[in-house]
Amino acid sequence: MDFVSTLSAMFESPLMQRALIIAILVGTTAPIIGTYLVQRRLALLGDGIGHVALTGVAMGWLAGSAAGFDSVGALAVPGAMVAAVVGAVLIEVAREKGRTSADVALALLSYGGIAGGVLLMGIAGGTSANLTGYLFGSISTVNMLDVWLTVGLAGLIVAVGIGLRPALFSLCQDEEFARATGLPVRTLNIAIAVTAALTVSVSMRVVGVLLVSALMIVPVAIAQLVATSFRSTMAVAMLIGTSVCIAGLTTTYFQPLSPGATIAVLAIGLYVLVAFLRPLIGRRGRTVQAKLNTSGKTTTTTTAQAP
Amino acid sequence: MPSPLVTPTPAVRTRDLSVNFGTGRVLDGITLHIEDGEAVALLGANGSGKTTLLKALLGLVPLEHGTAELYGVDVARRRLLPWDRVGYVPQRVGFTSGVPATAAEVVASGLLSNRRLRPVAQSRRRILAALEQVGLAGRAGERVHTFSGGQQQRVLMARALVRRPDVLLIDEPLAGLDVESRESLAGTLSALRRAGSTLLIVLHELGELEPVITRSVILQRGRMVHERVAVSSPDGQW
Repeated sequence: MDFVSTLSAMFESPLMQRALIIAILVGTTAPIIGTYLVQRRLALLGDGIGHVALTGVAMGWLAGSAAGFDSVGALAVPGAMVAAVVGAVLIEVAREKGRTSADVALALLSYGGIAGGVLLMGIAGGTSANLTGYLFGSISTVNMLDVWLTVGLAGLIVAVGIGLRPALFSLCQDEEFARATGLPVRTLNIAIAVTAALTVSVSMRVVGVLLVSALMIVPVAIAQLVATSFRSTMAVAMLIGTSVCIAGLTTTYFQPLSPGATIAVLAIGLYVLVAFLRPLIGRRGRTVQAKLNTSGKTTTTTTAQAP
Repeated sequence: MPSPLVTPTPAVRTRDLSVNFGTGRVLDGITLHIEDGEAVALLGANGSGKTTLLKALLGLVPLEHGTAELYGVDVARRRLLPWDRVGYVPQRVGFTSGVPATAAEVVASGLLSNRRLRPVAQSRRRILAALEQVGLAGRAGERVHTFSGGQQQRVLMARALVRRPDVLLIDEPLAGLDVESRESLAGTLSALRRAGSTLLIVLHELGELEPVITRSVILQRGRMVHERVAVSSPDGQW
C-alpha cells in the first residue's frame, strides 16, 4: 500500500476520524488558556492540575467499581474533570489568600494528586498499569461520546478564553490595576482556573496528564518567538497547537508510537527550530531594513491592536 | 428665592482611616478631603504609608478602621463605586513577561470596568488619543517590553487616561525617569489640571510637578503630620 492510499485509509477510518476531530479541538483550545498561564508565569499549572486529575480518574474507577458498572473506567473522565476543577480552584484560593505561594501550592497539589491516584486505584481493585492510558494518552480508544464531550468543553473554553480576552488579558498583565478598574478579579481568576481544569480534562485523552502542559505551553512558547502582540501570540499558538496535533496523530498512524509523546516531541522540536532560525531571520530583516533606510524609504509597519 | 446651598461631594474623603499589615499599623487615623479640581501631592519618606493610602482609596488593601470614599461611595462597596470616574497609575509594572503585548493592548485594559468586560465602541480612537496625550503617538502597535522605563511609565499613564477619569491617583510618577520624561509628564498633568481633573499624586519631592500641585499632604510613619496649600499659583491660573 503506497503512502497516498494509506493516508486515504486513515481518513476513512471512523476511529481516526474521531481521533482527528478530538486532536484538532484540543490542539486549538489548549494554547488559548496556555497563553494566559504563560503571561501569569503559571506555566506549570497544567501539570499540577493534571496530577490532580489522576486522583479524579482513580475516584471514577472507585465509583464505577462500587456501582458495579461493566466498564469500571466509565466514570474516569467525569471524575478527572471534577477533581481538576476542584484542584484548580483550590490553587487559586491558596494563591489569593496568600497563605502559601502559588508554586508551593502547585507542588503540594501535584504530589498529592499523583500519590492519591495510585493509592485510590489500588483500593478500586485496579493497578498502576490502568493509569497508563491516562498518564500518556489513549486517543485510539475514543468513542462518539468522547467526541461530543470534547466539542462541548472546547466550545466553553473558546467562549471564556476568547470571549473574555480583554478582561483576562488585563487581569494577567496587571492584577492590581484590574482590581483598581473595578473588574471582578476573583470571578475572572476562578474562570481561568476552571477553564484550565477543563482544558486539562479535554487534553488528557490526547496527550495524557504527564504531557498536558506541553500542549498548553509549548505552542505559546513558539508563538511568542515570532508574534508581535498578545492577540497574535494566541492566534499563532492555536495554529501551531492544531498543526502539531494533526502531524503527531498522522505520524502514529504510520509508525507505532505514542500519540502524546509524538505530539510533545514535535512541538518541542518546532520550538528549537524556530528559536534557532529566529536570529537568522531577524538579522536578515535588519539588513533589509538598513538597506531601505539607506535608500530613504519609510519602514514603519506598526499597527494598533486591541486585545 | 435663592437656591439652597449644596455642598458638592468631594472626589476623595477619608475619615480616621487606619490600615494594619500583620500586627503593625501602617496608616493611623488619616482624615483627608480632596475637592474636585484639586491637585494634591502626598509626600513623605519611604515607608511613611503614601502608597498604602493610595491603595486603600482604591480598595486594594483592607481597612482596619475608619472609612474611605470616592465621590461619596464607600470603597468597601466595590460594586457601587463609580469606577469609570477613577484612574490609577501604579508606580511600575514589569513588562517582562514572555507574551508580547502592544502599547495599544495595554492601554485598552484601561477601558474596562465592573460593568464592561470588553472595550467600548470607538475604543481604538480613544486608545490612540490617550497615547498621543502622553507623547507616544504612532507607537500603538509596538511591543511594550521594548520601551524604555520612561516610555513604559507613559503607557501606564495612557492606560489610566483612556478612561477619561475625573480623579487620577498616581503613585511615584517621577521615580526613575530622566529629565525629558519628567518634563513630559509634568506637561501632561498640567494639561489635565487645566481641564479640571482631580489629581492625587504620591511623590518623594515635588520636583517638576511643583507648578501643578495645589496642596501638599505630608505623611510620617502612617500619620498625617502636615498639610500645606501651595503658595504660588499653579500654572499661573490663580
